[in-house]
Amino acid sequence: MSNRLTTDRPDFAAIAAWIPPGASVLDLGCGDGSLLRFLQETRQIRGYGVEIRDLDIVACIANGVNVIQNDLDAGLSDFEDNSFDFVIVSQTLQATRHTEALIQEILRVGRQGIVSFPNFAYWKNRLNVLFGNMPVSSELPYQWFDTPNVHLCTLNDFESFCQDHHIAVLERHVMTGTKRVTVLPNLLGSTAVYRFQRAV
Amino acid sequence: MMYETYGTLNADKSNAILICHALSGHHHVAGKYADQPKNTGWWDNMVGAGKPIDTDKFFVIGFNNLGGCHGSTGPVSLNPETGRQYGSDFPLITVQDWVESQARLADRLGIQQFAAIIGGSLGGMQALQWSLAYPERMRHVLAIAAAPRLTAQNIAFNDVARNAILTDPDFHGGNFYQHGVVPTRGLRLARMLGHITYLSDDAMADKFGRLLRNAEFQYNYEIEFEIESYLRYQGDKFAAYFDANTYLLMTKALDYFDPAHDFDGDLNKSFARAKANFLVISFTTDWRFSPERSREIIRPLLHNHRNVSYAEITSAQGHDSFLMENAHYFAVMRNYLDNVAKECGHE
Repeated sequence: MSNRLTTDRPDFAAIAAWIPPGASVLDLGCGDGSLLRFLQETRQIRGYGVEIRDLDIVACIANGVNVIQNDLDAGLSDFEDNSFDFVIVSQTLQATRHTEALIQEILRVGRQGIVSFPNFAYWKNRLNVLFGNMPVSSELPYQWFDTPNVHLCTLNDFESFCQDHHIAVLERHVMTGTKRVTVLPNLLGSTAVYRFQRAV
Repeated sequence: MMYETYGTLNADKSNAILICHALSGHHHVAGKYADQPKNTGWWDNMVGAGKPIDTDKFFVIGFNNLGGCHGSTGPVSLNPETGRQYGSDFPLITVQDWVESQARLADRLGIQQFAAIIGGSLGGMQALQWSLAYPERMRHVLAIAAAPRLTAQNIAFNDVARNAILTDPDFHGGNFYQHGVVPTRGLRLARMLGHITYLSDDAMADKFGRLLRNAEFQYNYEIEFEIESYLRYQGDKFAAYFDANTYLLMTKALDYFDPAHDFDGDLNKSFARAKANFLVISFTTDWRFSPERSREIIRPLLHNHRNVSYAEITSAQGHDSFLMENAHYFAVMRNYLDNVAKECGHE
């Protein structure tokens, strides 16, 4: 299962590499609980997921991971300050409505935040727009009319957001497919993963 | 103590599930009696062979609460000291007393640790008390449409219902048995009020709306609207079988229940003892035990790093939803309990 997961979701491996064994993890928009299960199996974490979709709740329960049914845009009031080592938002940030408030909540509840998102400035996306169409790809699999993504951004956008909001980026892992991208990441990387904390 | 069992206890006695009933429930949880083919258990859609609480995998126990009126010792039982029914002499019972009596039943059946203790509403509160009183004696607690303690509004509803009974002239201070009467009016009112709070506004509107009994308004105080007819029917049905003293003591037990009572009101502290894994379920239109009450259960569990999952089921049926078939609700229960069954050696 783990092998398939890391190919299907290369950001999982990047995220797992940053999580020390036994850490406490909150996964916001955890889907079917695959990442939490992966982290439980490979890092023995203590974790909870938050998800809104009924089918995902059932899938998480079947997967044997803790899940709390909750709307991320309604906030994280059930979770106490600094109660998790890591709060993860994997491929979900772009689909949240109150994204700015959510990132603040991540840093209230967690000591560190980890987010992964599709890079809208990836060259193939740019090319799509240049030729007059919204990009549709494995990272952005939706049509303009059915996409849940309302807050897409680029690496540059996210980093300037962090700067403006006194957030310190601790590590960045940019990739295309499973391959790490180090040269011109905002142009050549399709997915970005960031680890960050409140700037001191 | 009256109880029923379904399924087979496995060799290491690890597959037992205890079902705690709500206010008007009892030991007859599932199935039908051979000689009473119409007497179906109150949770028959959930409990049985191949159902979410699968009696092919689990040994399921239903019981009647102490103080109840379905066979366990209660106010209607004969007091051996006087030779008369206990009536007002029957002591007030607490949720803790219930758990103590259920623990003795478990001892008698040789069950050291339940695979799960499951309850809805008042039954959910008993399941929570179990996890605090005997943290080692269950692996899972499923608290459905429950609350860690009642709110002022909930106590208020209970008190109005009790007052209906207490002020019925046929109540005779609880010793109506000797007078050969039943405080039917009080019981009926209590149940009518209860029923309103178990349904959602929408469910009531859907089912009854402003439907009339007759074609035209009659302009009198007889039954005019279908909802009136329904409530009176439910009230009469209830008054015919439920004991007034049991109603009083069960609602009172609910009111008093507060696991944080000895912890300065702090639920975080009171749940520090719990060791079980928890599944908490609420229903969107339940306003008697609203989703917010279930979140009050989740927060102290998160605070104490317990395993907990929470499903908020979209349902139109109000508090009664926990007794009704609902695809998401049943899928959550089934998938959770399938994993519990795997722990007991069922693949």
